[in-house]
This record gives sequence, C-alpha cells and structure tokens, in this order.
Amino acid sequence: MLKSLHKRKSDLANTKRQLEILSNGIFKSGDLPTFKEKISESGHNLKAKKLEILQINVGYMCNQTCSHCHVDAGPDRKEIMTKETMQQCLDVIKNTEAHTLDLTGGAPEMNPHFRWFVEEASKVGIKDFIVRSNLTIMLANKKYHDLPEFFKKHNVHVVSSMPHWTQGKTDKQRGDGVFNKSIEALKMLNAVGYGMPDSNLRLDLVYNPSGAFLPANQAAMEKDFKKALLDEFGIQFHNLFAITNLPISRFLDFLIASENYEDYMYSLVEAYNPAAVANVMCTNTLSVSWDGYLYDCDFNQMLELPVNSKAKHISDYNEALLEGRDIVISQHCYGCTAGAGSSCQGTVA
Amino acid sequence: MQKTYYDPADLKKFGKISEWNEELGAKFFDYYGKVFEEGALTEREKSLIALAVSHTIQCPYCIDAYTGDGLQRGITKEEMMEALHVAAAIRGGASLVHGVQMMNKVNKLDQ
Repeated sequence: MLKSLHKRKSDLANTKRQLEILSNGIFKSGDLPTFKEKISESGHNLKAKKLEILQINVGYMCNQTCSHCHVDAGPDRKEIMTKETMQQCLDVIKNTEAHTLDLTGGAPEMNPHFRWFVEEASKVGIKDFIVRSNLTIMLANKKYHDLPEFFKKHNVHVVSSMPHWTQGKTDKQRGDGVFNKSIEALKMLNAVGYGMPDSNLRLDLVYNPSGAFLPANQAAMEKDFKKALLDEFGIQFHNLFAITNLPISRFLDFLIASENYEDYMYSLVEAYNPAAVANVMCTNTLSVSWDGYLYDCDFNQMLELPVNSKAKHISDYNEALLEGRDIVISQHCYGCTAGAGSSCQGTVA
Repeated sequence: MQKTYYDPADLKKFGKISEWNEELGAKFFDYYGKVFEEGALTEREKSLIALAVSHTIQCPYCIDAYTGDGLQRGITKEEMMEALHVAAAIRGGASLVHGVQMMNKVNKLDQ
C-alpha cells in the first residue's frame, strides 16, 4: 500500500513547500496569471456569504491511500477529532441555519466517536446530512458491516468515491482490491434501499479523474456510470458528482513526478470559467478540521490556510464575524473554476 | 529554422487560424463544434472515432487532443487500443485489397 507523504517524509508534506510551488514558476514569471489576477480581470471578489454547508473533517485516518488524495490520508495518519471538539461542532450546528452537514475524512467511520456524533447530529434535523464514505470501510472489519443499516437509521446521505466503472482504473487510483470491495459495498447499500430510483435514501457517487486531465461533462459521465454499473453489477445510485483534482498534496506530488504539473496548470487556467466563480463552494461553506480550526474549504484546510477572520476555531464560531470575510485564495483555486466548475457537490456552472 | 516540424504548444494556437481568414475560420470552428455534439452518436463514440481517424491520418496534434479527450470521458485504454486496431485494419486492408488488382494484372499478363 502507498504511504502518505507524511510517512514518506516527502518535501510536500510541508504545506509551505506546496504553496511555494503554487506561487512560483509559471505564476511568478507571469506566463500564467495568478488566481487573484484572473478573478480581478473578470470582476470577481470572493467573499463569504451566509453559511449553508458545514463540512467537518473528523480525522485524516483512512483504510486506503489513494494516489490523488488531497488530504494525504491513510492508515498512518493519527489526527482524529476528539469528542469534545465534536460537541463544539454540535453546539454550532444547533444554532445555525445551514441546510447541509457534510462529514468527511479520511474515513470518517474510523473515528471512535463517529456513531455517537451521527446519532447526535441527526437529532438536530438538518436538511441534508452527508457522510463521505470510501465504501471499502464497510468491509474492512466486522464492526463496520452494519454501516448501511446505521446510515439508513439516521437518514444519512451517502456520498462515495468511484473513479471508474472498471477495476483497472479504480484500483490504480485507490489501491489494489478497492474496486471489488467498492462494488460489494454498493450492493450492501442498494440492499437496504440506498440509491434506488424512488428511494429517499440518497446515494451519490464522486468521480475524480484518474490522471492529469479534467473531468468531462458530468451528465454524460453519469449516464455512462449508470449504464455500466447497472449492466455489469446490477448497482443503482442517484447522481454522479464530477470533481476536478486540485493540484495539492498527493495529486501535486503525482503531477510533479510525472512532469505534468505545468501542462495541468495551463489546462486549469485555460478552462477558467467566470460563471463558475460566482458559485464556488467556499462562499457558502465552512470547513472544520479535526482539531476544530476553521477554513474556507477542505483544500485550504489541507494547505493550512485558515479563515481570514477573528473567529478561527469552532469554539469561537461567530456568524457575524465570519460572514463577509475575504476568502483565502491561491493558485489551487483554479481547480474549482475550470470548465463547469467543481465543488464537493460536483459541477457549479 | 525551428528544430522540429511539430511543436505541441502549437495545438493551443489552433484557434489563431481564424486570424488570417475570420469568416472561413469561424465557419470551420462552428462546424467542428457542431459535429462533436451528441446526436445519433454519443460524444463518447465520436471521441473514439476521432481518435482512430487521428491515427489513420497520423496527426500528432489530433492524437494528443483525442487521447486526452478520451481519458476525460472515461474511455479506457483497452477501448482506445481497439479503436486503433480498427483504423489499422482498415488501413492495412486498403493496401492489401489492391492485391486483387495485382493478381488480375499478373493473371492477364502471365502465360
């Protein structure tokens, strides 16, 4: 199994190094405009609006080590949200009008307080309660086998990664054996009602390109995924979210090692879509890290770029202080404005 | 003189063709865009056809463009290679079928 950048003691485990790479080279020489210059050209200025989505990263531990992971998650990562921080998150959830709660990781299910947190959070009556599950966790250990039933009991919206409907492409990105286990887990979810055409138990899949290229049309990809998964395996799901890989962490490592970094940045800049800027997720989302700090998005969290606000921790949450804050940007933000745009909920334009 | 006849960076300049004849350039790119829209064939099927034709006409720009396009659309390397073999079979067959003409000539001239 691949090791995390942290475990490998890679240069890129240092977020300052990543930010240096993203700010120097073709951006410093002026060959490409910085993201700040580009959004200024199209008359945009990114500021936080009213909070709609609270995304909580409950830990970087994962049973997989995917080659493109922006979290640099893996079995060797020990950062895990404590019950105390979870309680602070719950206090905020109870007092906001956010319509979506989005739990992510790592594999969020590996946090020892995960089930308690889901049980408590589901009582708040939030409209859309998402858990980003990597699927294979359901088969990783006996104690996880009942996750589909647990999700159903708490009306959790399951969002799972699936880079392709074939084994080769999936295992190459997510690790040997991941495809077959993912198929098995999807069948377990279907069996309790998830993803079925008339079911309220939402099951959506996330497609990340398995290489140095941008995703194609989300609707066309969804059609291909649905046909292939139904014909080959009898699996059903609701929607496919096409998400662009942002040039950070392990995907940045891959881009540099494969000498694709500059071409990829050119592709992102060329595909810049002003219409996507208006709907980027950072303007209505707040990302909470395992230790309770606040970020504009999960990507900024992984680059250790905290919110530009006096309220920096979930325990200091203050809507008035956070609303209207300037979003912290760097060149990785081009990933969310390329083509039809990209967010944790798929395309935005 | 430049070192090679083909420069990968030139592919990005394709649109500049219109600068020297705006009317015909615009007509061409309109037509090109329309051709690749979903119709009786899906965009995915059209991408595979384009990849096969790219190899038949041995256009390095087109090969780069439609390999990338295929990957974006989730086309697998197995599907790409099969498409190429279709192109190769037709191209090889086109040479070989002329063998009938050769055979006709030999049969006519030979005693």
